[in-house]
Amino acid sequence: MFIVLAITAGVLFTCGLYLMMRRSLLKLVLGLLLLSHAANLAVFVSAGLTRSPAPLTDVGELSPPTGAADPLPQALVLTAIVIGFAVVSFAAVLVRRTAAAIDGDDPDRMRSTDT
Amino acid sequence: MTLLPVLPILIPLLAAAACLLGRRSFAWQRGVAVAGAVGLLGSGLALVVAADRVGVIAVQVGGWSAPFGITLAADRFGAVMVLLAGVMGLVVCLFSLFEATRRDIHRGFFPLLLVLLAGVSGAFLTGDLFNLYVWFEVLLISSFVLLSLGGGRANLEGAVKYVALNLVGSMLFLTGVGVLYGATKTLNMADLHGALQEVQAENPTLVLALAATFAVAFSLKAALFPLFFWLPASYHVPSAGTCAVFAALLTKVGVYALVRTFTLVFPGAEDVLFVVLIVAGVTMVSGVLGAVTQFEMKRILAWHSISQVGYIVAGVGLLSASDPEVRALGLAAAVVFLVHHGTIKPALFLVAGLVQRRRGTTQLKPLGGLASATPWLAALFLLAALSLAGLPPSSGFWAKLAVLRALVEGAEWWVLAAALAAGLLTLMSMMKIWNEAFWKPPPPEVNPQVNPEVSGGRAVPWGMAAPVVALVVLVTAIGLWPQPLLGYADRAARQLLDPAAYVEAVGVTPRGVATLPGHSAVSDSLSETEEPRR
Repeated sequence: MFIVLAITAGVLFTCGLYLMMRRSLLKLVLGLLLLSHAANLAVFVSAGLTRSPAPLTDVGELSPPTGAADPLPQALVLTAIVIGFAVVSFAAVLVRRTAAAIDGDDPDRMRSTDT
Repeated sequence: MTLLPVLPILIPLLAAAACLLGRRSFAWQRGVAVAGAVGLLGSGLALVVAADRVGVIAVQVGGWSAPFGITLAADRFGAVMVLLAGVMGLVVCLFSLFEATRRDIHRGFFPLLLVLLAGVSGAFLTGDLFNLYVWFEVLLISSFVLLSLGGGRANLEGAVKYVALNLVGSMLFLTGVGVLYGATKTLNMADLHGALQEVQAENPTLVLALAATFAVAFSLKAALFPLFFWLPASYHVPSAGTCAVFAALLTKVGVYALVRTFTLVFPGAEDVLFVVLIVAGVTMVSGVLGAVTQFEMKRILAWHSISQVGYIVAGVGLLSASDPEVRALGLAAAVVFLVHHGTIKPALFLVAGLVQRRRGTTQLKPLGGLASATPWLAALFLLAALSLAGLPPSSGFWAKLAVLRALVEGAEWWVLAAALAAGLLTLMSMMKIWNEAFWKPPPPEVNPQVNPEVSGGRAVPWGMAAPVVALVVLVTAIGLWPQPLLGYADRAARQLLDPAAYVEAVGVTPRGVATLPGHSAVSDSLSETEEPRR
């Protein structure tokens, strides 16, 4: 399972970067979306995939049962998903406004800030 | 005292909230924003004084002991960066009282600026790598909105490039954080210091790959060659106040993260740091060459930002040296240069803002005659420009001298040559602005003496010029009396090179020492299933 998810993360990275390099603003946003998923998946997978009980502590115990799952990666991924969602939403609105301003979704029209 | 590292984050955030609560009243927003910036400056000053006296001040947020809770820690380096954020926050706030249009304020300029300052302070103070990612996103999102606030075509185009490239950097950073957690089961930077050394013994390739990932991610944020293309595409677009705060703080956060991770988390990554040193040399030259081709004040200044970041990072790259004295010199030079560039570049951007106000343009061709029309503005520019070019007795001279001296001691002759060449071209490009905008007679179509229909531009209100004057006076004072800064930077560098004190102040158990049982849920479950880690 680990190897499958690791390869999936790699494929997501590849597709995301490929889409970002296409000559289209829409594909830029889709690429960002895939990159954000790839990073989230990589965080989740690299922390280890195990079948283990929930890290809940019994009454009177100081620590959860041995071999409990590590809850931190899930908390990290949850935070990262929320941030990624916000950022990609912003990027989508920004690209929509930009497409209206440059009249098309061709990034080659965005030359006025270059030299 | 214990709350001190929390204040620089809390004050701007609360001020931003207060701004939003009273957003209908522009006077309230302005007042609260200035109050928030003053609060940040005050807490930054207190932090510098306290950190210089006691070393590292650490707070465990929520009372969870490290490495399980989130740590905020201020050492001398972090504290001086917060102070820089405070100074620039206040100057830009005061400048923007006059520069920000009603539409900008209506769209939330001041709350965004305050959130940006909170994000920057958070990044400078956090002791946790994932938390650093979160603060990066906080400051990035507010900078995205500040950049596109004008809503014009240039704003949107610049923002798309800035957003796309910076998000790639963020994703790289996040992936690195994930893999790092998988390898060490901790993200507290003080804890990582020991944990990574254990991993290094088992799997040096993994540590090298991680160090390279973080170096690339932070190089993108710091705008190093060849990852700087978001900067010249976007920095010159927003209003001068926004430009100034970007130039003061955004790339600095990337450099800060580079210094923090490569002194504390990856202390043995000399190979990666050597690459960083070479890249810094290339960055100096490519940034300044970009500047030479430009004919617009803000664009020239934006390209110079890249070149100057190269100087700072050259100091960081000297961490690859084997001689500890060279490392200390390099880091101290980086700290001095960070403070120098974090004040001088915004000053120049603000001068460009004053020129824009006076003449309605910052293109060099239609400008001219500013030296006779507004001698005080010319004097401001000259003082700041000579400091940027590194002429004595300005702060730039001391900063450049520190970097060059460290490079000589480290015998990095190629990087030294790049630094000297870039310095010459910087002077040339500053002289170009001086000649074109200030010294040459104004072109006839805008010369009021030739063409009476031209009014000669609007007068600059003194309240708008005052913060710029204060900033230039501060920079000049640093140049005339550099010893406090140089001494502080030296102490900060030595503190950075001795992470044991930081680790101890954060309160992490040093690795390899047995702890009491029941210390924590995570470590217990791990110690049963895997090798005991602590």
